[in-house]
Amino acid sequence: MKQFAALFAAIDATTSTNEKVAALKAFYENAPDDDAAWATYFLAGGKPRQSIPTKVLRSAALAASGLPEWLFEESYQAVGDLAETIALVLPPPIRDDDESLTTWIESRLAPMRGATPEDASATLQSYWQMLDIERRFLLTKLIGGGFRVGVSKLLVTRALADFSGVDAKTIALRLMGWTDKNAQPSTAAYAALIAPVAPASDGAQSQRTDGAPYPFFLAHALNEPVEKFDSLLGDPRDWIVEWKYDGIRAQLIKRGGMVWIWSRGEELMTDRFPEIVKRAQTLPDGVVIDGEILVMREGDDVPQPFNLLQQRIGRKTLSKKILAEVPVQLLAYDLLEFDSADLREQPLSLRREKLEALCAASHWPLSTTVNASDWATLAQLREESRQRRVEGFMLKARDSRYGSGRTKNDGTWWKWKIDPMSIDCVLIYAQAGHGRRAGLYTDYTFAVWNRAPQSADEAQTVVAAIKAGLPPGELQLVPFAKAYSGLTDEEFKRVDAVIRKSTVNSFGPVRSVAPSLVFELGFEGINLSPRHKSGIAVRFPRMLRIRDDKPIHEADTLMSLNALM
Amino acid sequence: MAAVHANDTDLIVLRPQGMYCPAGDFYIDPWRPVDRAVITHAHADHARMGHAHYLASRDAEHVLRSRLGAIDLQTLTYGEMITINGVQVSLHPAGHVLGSAQVRVAHAGRVWVASGDYKTAPDATCAPFEAVPCDTFITESTFGLPIYRWPNDADVFADINAWWSANAAQGLASVLYCYSFGKAQRILSGVDASIGPIVVHGAVQVLNAAYRASGVALPDTQLVTDVADKASLKRALVLAPPSVAGSSWMKRFGEYRDAFASGWMLLRGARRRRGVDRGFVLSDHADWPGLHSAIAATGCEQVIVTHGSVPVMVRYLEEKGLHARAFATEFGDDALDDSAPEAAITTAIVQA
Ligand SMILES: [Zn+2]
Ligand SMILES: [Zn+2]
Repeated sequence: MKQFAALFAAIDATTSTNEKVAALKAFYENAPDDDAAWATYFLAGGKPRQSIPTKVLRSAALAASGLPEWLFEESYQAVGDLAETIALVLPPPIRDDDESLTTWIESRLAPMRGATPEDASATLQSYWQMLDIERRFLLTKLIGGGFRVGVSKLLVTRALADFSGVDAKTIALRLMGWTDKNAQPSTAAYAALIAPVAPASDGAQSQRTDGAPYPFFLAHALNEPVEKFDSLLGDPRDWIVEWKYDGIRAQLIKRGGMVWIWSRGEELMTDRFPEIVKRAQTLPDGVVIDGEILVMREGDDVPQPFNLLQQRIGRKTLSKKILAEVPVQLLAYDLLEFDSADLREQPLSLRREKLEALCAASHWPLSTTVNASDWATLAQLREESRQRRVEGFMLKARDSRYGSGRTKNDGTWWKWKIDPMSIDCVLIYAQAGHGRRAGLYTDYTFAVWNRAPQSADEAQTVVAAIKAGLPPGELQLVPFAKAYSGLTDEEFKRVDAVIRKSTVNSFGPVRSVAPSLVFELGFEGINLSPRHKSGIAVRFPRMLRIRDDKPIHEADTLMSLNALM
Repeated sequence: MAAVHANDTDLIVLRPQGMYCPAGDFYIDPWRPVDRAVITHAHADHARMGHAHYLASRDAEHVLRSRLGAIDLQTLTYGEMITINGVQVSLHPAGHVLGSAQVRVAHAGRVWVASGDYKTAPDATCAPFEAVPCDTFITESTFGLPIYRWPNDADVFADINAWWSANAAQGLASVLYCYSFGKAQRILSGVDASIGPIVVHGAVQVLNAAYRASGVALPDTQLVTDVADKASLKRALVLAPPSVAGSSWMKRFGEYRDAFASGWMLLRGARRRRGVDRGFVLSDHADWPGLHSAIAATGCEQVIVTHGSVPVMVRYLEEKGLHARAFATEFGDDALDDSAPEAAITTAIVQA
């Protein structure tokens, strides 16, 4: 278990992606195959099978630590993570252990399943005695549930690809199903994961049956006034204009009777969208569709808000109820492969023709195009974006090929977004930033009033109460958004100085400040959210400017936020 | 005795100016200007500007003067005793930074010790902590929770050396943020200087000079402006105060890796919030076992707890059967973010 604990610590110790990949690669180079199999299972997001109730874990740790309960609790409050607290407060180990990860999982932890609390506690204490802080932490995480390695599936895929020489997309495909409840990591499964790809046996005519996607073609932002469009873009009829939907950009691949769905981040998401997979039965083989996954009821032409999609993505299991209440569709934009032929070099107008025919034949949802003979008309139509729950228009040159990434060589695609919504709000909490901005308070929480204050004085009574640490009264500042971008370095420095001077309280890294600064906060969407205190969640909030001209009692209210919805 | 204090038996009491010895009419680490100040160590929250007379350890002289300039300073060697208004005063090593001292105050059969900041772990750049028997011990509690247990210095320095070597091999400078006074010199004394050149920020270099003048051996260090071969920066270890993170000073190092050396780096959450590539656990304060072994070694009956985890320490010591209470001091708690002391040192250097 030493190697895996060291890997876990190395990943945990660094914020550098390259170093994480290097640590993973080094691990795979040295680990025996059975340990590598288990490690891959955990790294890919697999959950440990056995878990000991937190209550038992705590009481065992309390006994082993010899601390009074209140002090254990204080320690936990300072650390914020039970497994880490346990690893730190227990006395140093009295013997050493050298068993492999596989032995720990299969021979030591598995038998603990179903043990009585007394037995589990005794066993656990004997295990803790033979492990240093690093491994104690790992073990406690493994058995206490909530085990997560600070590495994305994408990085693991990259490291395995680097190490094995197998292409990353192939690894990603093979990793599918590794974290299933019923999957059993084994040396055989691991060998299959990193085995070299067999060369295609027959000639050029062989049909692809793999599930690899094409690189996504991405659009550039268009921030020019519409008056300039004629000179910049020419005749609007040379462009295919579509609504810019706010969902998850995806590629659907159907080859050899199988279906794969990839996100733009090249994450395989097939199993999250069973209804799309089912619907794809009507598509012919040898097809790749580029489109947008949206929560959309059959027959609707306006999608549901993005946060519903987000909630659905967050679900571990998809119940019938969820599938019925939050149904998704993949709205087709483009056709990259048809009849097993790669269409990406053909002009968009031709691909679009084929796509329309395919969607009609297979009853597949198709993104509609918007036609107008001048840009001014389009600009007017764009004003409907909010009602349509879209972000504006996509402009794609009719003769554009399907390029790779954000290149412009293949003809340009533009996203012509509507202006973000904005609100004036008050800074109430701050946290230090990261990386370049470490040590500066740059991450802010903003609030609006629950109702408009009657006067500057009434607003100041709220400030006074905050300063005195009194509970909020009837008039309150309600936090609704966090933002950490949009200001210049100079502005950040200025706000940082104000925060340091007006700090009322610190909770760990977070400072609460006496409210004095008003910011104009821009965001691109707003939704109801029962999980937020304000009842509202905004998307992509960013600071547009500091409103030095506005006293805090003139900041906006929950009502003004609601009005934007 | 002129002013008779309410609690006649207390050798040291708290006044708005700071900790005060009524019998001797002097203050220890006062935060407002006073006539006579006994200084435990030269960190800015303990040694402030503006007192009429200073008393500190002989070892503290150079560092104290580099910070406070021309002050009226009297020094004592460790263990040397003087009498102030009939009160016996002596200074004893606290092991915190160069010149740090515990203040022993004896009068009318009672002995009190004010420890300032201290650590029990070894440190090649200062005299080791010495337990001083007393009735009442005034202790800090910066890391007064049982989660804080320091790793071996040797292991930490091995980690720093390995990190530096690996970065140098990739042609990346290794920027290690640390407090300029104490921590920086302790790191210098522990790293393997054969790995590459060592570059320090001006705030660190001033204190290096004071350390060298005090007879502490440190490896060669250069200011970045003095480095002739700029290519060598790619293999350098760079020691700088955390306040320079994100400033234009960092630009000259091109692509670099950064790390932070502090006791707070023991916690994963603190490391993450720092936003540096690495965190090294290295503190100039006593850890939990260190605090309690130090308190036990004094044989005291009463403990007064200052800055840090005050309520936790007081309750724990009470449960252990000691008399414990708190002094609400204005010393910094060596907070995770840039602490006031650090900022003060940087300002002092800029002004100098
Ligand atoms: Zn100090
Ligand atoms: Zn201190």
